[in-house]
Parts: sequence; C-alpha cells; structure tokens
Amino acid sequence: MTLTERRPGRARPAPDLRPPGLRAGLLLAGCACLAGAALLAVLVGPVRLDPAGVLAELAGRLPLVEVHGGLPERDAAILWQLRLPRVVLGALVGAMLALAGAAYQGVFRNPLADPYLLGAAGGAGLGATLAIAYGPDTSSWPVGLLPLAAFTGAVAGVAAAYALGRSGGGRTTTTLVLAGVAVASFLTAIQTYVQQREDDTLREVYGWILGRLSTAGWKEVVLILPYTLLSAAVIVACRRLLDVLAVGDDEAESLGVRAARVRLVVVAAATLGTAAAVAVSGLIGFVGIIVPHTVRLVAGSSYRLVVPLCLLLGAAFMILADLVARTVMAPGELPIGVVTAFLGAPFFAVVLRTTRRAP
Amino acid sequence: MTAIELRDVSVDLDGRPVLHDLTLSVPSGARLGLIGPNGSGKTTLLRAVAGLVRHRGDIRIGGVAPAALTRRELARRIAVVPQSPVVPPGATVGDYVLMGRTPYIPYLGTERRRDLEIVASVLDQLDLATLAGRRLDSLSGGERQRAVLARALAQQAPVLLLDEPTTGLDVGHQQQVLELVDGLRAALDLTVLSAMHDLTLAGQFADELVLLDGGRVAAAGPARSVLTERVISRHYHASVRVLEDPDGGVVVIPVRPARQAGEPAGRKVAT
Repeated sequence: MTLTERRPGRARPAPDLRPPGLRAGLLLAGCACLAGAALLAVLVGPVRLDPAGVLAELAGRLPLVEVHGGLPERDAAILWQLRLPRVVLGALVGAMLALAGAAYQGVFRNPLADPYLLGAAGGAGLGATLAIAYGPDTSSWPVGLLPLAAFTGAVAGVAAAYALGRSGGGRTTTTLVLAGVAVASFLTAIQTYVQQREDDTLREVYGWILGRLSTAGWKEVVLILPYTLLSAAVIVACRRLLDVLAVGDDEAESLGVRAARVRLVVVAAATLGTAAAVAVSGLIGFVGIIVPHTVRLVAGSSYRLVVPLCLLLGAAFMILADLVARTVMAPGELPIGVVTAFLGAPFFAVVLRTTRRAP
Repeated sequence: MTAIELRDVSVDLDGRPVLHDLTLSVPSGARLGLIGPNGSGKTTLLRAVAGLVRHRGDIRIGGVAPAALTRRELARRIAVVPQSPVVPPGATVGDYVLMGRTPYIPYLGTERRRDLEIVASVLDQLDLATLAGRRLDSLSGGERQRAVLARALAQQAPVLLLDEPTTGLDVGHQQQVLELVDGLRAALDLTVLSAMHDLTLAGQFADELVLLDGGRVAAAGPARSVLTERVISRHYHASVRVLEDPDGGVVVIPVRPARQAGEPAGRKVAT
C-alpha cells in the first residue's frame, strides 16, 4: 500500500522542499570561504609571498599539471614547511571542532553543547598536565608524549562520563550530560592539584589550555588525519539521523531510528575527532558553538546542510583565527583560544542581529 | 484480517503496573477509540503497540510479533501521532514531513526522488504544499497538527496510532483534523487506533470504543453501549448527560452536580 500507487497522478517532485540551487550555492560559498581563508593565510606572514608564485607552486604539485615558475627556494621552504602545514592543521582542527559541536548539539538537543561537554576537555587537560609535569623527555620519540596524553585523556574522560551516565540507570541525555559535568569537574580538580604542586609548569600548561598551532608541522597533520577523516565521515553520514533525533528519542524510535545507538556512534565519532584536534592544538574554545550557530542562522536548522557547512566554515574560521593569532603581536603569538573568543563573539552578535529568517 | 491483536498484555512502568492482562483485537480498516480517565493507560497501550515500552503478553501487528521485526520494519507498519509532538526548532514543514520517510531510507543514506515524491503527495493531500518551506514553529495549532499527521502518513504504514490528536485545538479544528483522518483512513484503508479525551468526538469518529480504567478494559463496544451516564459516572467520576443526536450518535454533556441544600449559588459575573 503506497500513496503514490493509489494516487499516481498526484505524485510530483516536492514543492519548495529543499531548493537544490540554494543548497549548492551555500556549499559553494562555503568552499570559496575556505579557499579564500587558506590562500590569505599562506600569503600573509613576516615574509610576504608572491600570490602568483604561490598559486603556481601549488598547481605544480597537482598530478598531471605542468607549471613553469613558482617561488624562490627560500619562499618555497616557507610555504611548504611553515605556512601550509599550519593552514592544513588549522583547517583540520577547526573543521573537527565545529563538526563535533554541531554533532553534540544534535544528539543532546542542547544548543549550548560543545565538543568538550562530556569531559573531553577535562580529560585532555589532565593528560597534558601530567605529561608536562611528570613526562620524560620524548624528543627522540616519533610522536611526543603531550599529544598522546591529551588524546588518551580526552577519550578516557568521555568514556568515563558515558559509563557513569549509563550506570546511573538513565539512558536520557540529561543523565549523560550531568555525568559529563561530574567527570569534567573531577578531572579538572586533579589537574589543578597537579598544576599547583608543580608550579614551574604553570605557564606551559596555561599556554596549552588556551590553544595554539605554533608547533604545527606535517607530522602533526599526519598524526591526526586518520582520526579526523574517520570522525568526519561518520558524522557526515549520520547528518540525516541527527535531524530525526531532534524530535526526541520516542518519536525517533517510532520513525525507525535506534536513538541510543545513533547517539553512541555519533558521540564516539565526535569524541575521537575532538581528542585528535585537542592533542595537537590544545583546548581551543568557542569554535564548536559559534560556527554551528552561525551556520544555522544562515542556512537553517537541517543537519543535512549544517554538517557539511560546519566542516567548511569551521576550517575557514580556524585558519583566519590562527592568522590573526600569529600576526597581531608579531613576532609573538596570541593564544588562539583568545582570538576565537575575541573575534567569534562579536561576529556572532552581528550575525544574530542582521539575519532575518523567513517565518 | 486482524490488524492489531493483544493477548494478556501487561505493562509496568517504574515497577508500577499500568496495564493488566489486556486482550484486544482490531480488525483491519477499523476505527477503534480508546477512552478512559487520566492515568487509565491509554497512552501506555498505544506505546506498547508501537513497541516503545516493554510489555508482557502477546502483541501482533498484522499477525507478526513486533519483537520479530527490526525498528525500521515496525515503523513501516505503524505510524504514531504523539499527544505532544516535539517541534524541532527551526525545522521546515517539508523537512519535518520528510522525516516520515526515515524507515525507507538506508541508515547512512539519503532520501531518493521517490521519497520526495511521496512527501509532495502527502503535503498536497493535507493542503500543506504551500507551507512546505515554512518553519513548523510558525504555524497555527491546526496547521501544525496537519503537519504531524502528514509525517505519519509519509510512513505509509497500514496502522495509524493517534494519541489525543485534537489536544489544544478549537472545536472547528478538532472536527477538521478528525474528518481528515477519517477520510484518509477510508481512502488508504488504514487501521486507526486513537486515544481520545472528548467522548462525543470519540463516539462520532470510532466504530467501537474501548474504555480503560486502572489499566483494565472497563467497557467495550459501540458508542451507544459504552457512553452511558452510568458508565461515565462510574469510571470518570463525572456528572454528565448523554443525549442521542438525530444521526444516531451520542452527545456527552458535562453537567454541574446538584448542589446541597443551603449551598450558595455563586455570584453573577458582570459582563
């Protein structure tokens, strides 16, 4: 029994259901923002690079493309060894935090949820602090102890919150969020204790907590790429299910969706990506809230569009924030978390005031 | 053929028994109205049929036990219109109705042209086509209820469960929604099981009524046999007058209980 079989004459393409032009246009605009931000970030710095040379240099690395010209050796080294890995890492971290923020807001139906909601920040902070305070010299290791400890701490923090939430007997999102708050507070308390005991590490720990991309290199990019790709693929694949979860667990179940299972998969993916991002960049705040909400104000609330746009604009936003962080006090650097909050909050206020959604 | 069959179904919620050994059979294409006072178990019964709450006993949907079906397969057989549907902030009517196609779209896939065509057809049927791009939270109560109904119809399930479908609607919209459901039921050969508070409307829009009280079937049968002053007084603890309308239906009118001698009659309200 189907409606279309019974009334074949009435079946027709959905009216105004999802204007494909608008969707494609927004995605193209997102791609343009990301490309523009990336280009600006590789051009601007203490040594200004020639835009035409940069484009020729980049095009020359593409397969099957033959390009004459490019950059002098010194500028090419700046581009390939300093600027580009930092831009790529910033893009990965920004995309991941924005995506994880949107995913958390979807599964917890809470607009204030961010990637650190379930104890990822508390766990990563403790892991990083322990590594800084007590860790051995790992300069000869292929991967430093700090990112490993932060990654492990973030994953362990969320796992503990999930286990605590489930052991409370509740399968509701509220129980889980409360468990996350409890775990985060507990881990932060231990971190503060360690910090106070080892006060010579305070500055380094504080610098890590505020976030930075100053140590970015291709090694860090390769380190987090598999996790961010896997995490992003899962969240993008689940974007339609995030829309369904918005009607609550009961209604989602009656629509054929195992709400608890989907939530677990999405939280696991978002946690993996967040942990990877935190491992190489520290605790950069605000991106996971500001980017998804700005996207929603512009493109509507459907996760089918919000998720891919968060991927693009989160990356663009982080690249620009890092550009500001490394140029505004040159040759010194501002912590990137300060920039994301300082630029993000007024920008969000402007978007909030100027955007008028159709009723 | 039997669309819904319950045999000795019991449900406990938080250790408290809510339904006791309920036995019920709904033929395919029938309209069954569930009535009963608050807390009598109407919503729990609907949730048990929809597989949303654990139960003891035997439930069969089209001859198949829900436990033998996946969640998606069950959603293709039963569509639910909840009493207080969650309105996702910012969702458009089109996107909301498209959620009804969820049981047909692969878990990690996306909707196909056929899904969009079916949604368009449902929107058309329920006069919602022009509202497809509107935000759900900007609609009137009647329009929103039609959107919720449209989402359920997009599931193309042969069984439709309605939990107080007229809650919060004025008398005109109550009639419109119930007439719409009735028309769709006849056109699409749906089996409709609806929990109702308004006894008159329940009698008008159901072939048979089942009165629940304390989780048990207190009375069942055609409206005329269930909606009597004695039965309503006993199970609702309400004073009502039941009148027969010229079309053969019944009208239930609440009346003030007779005042005791010497009790003040109250003041006249100035208008």
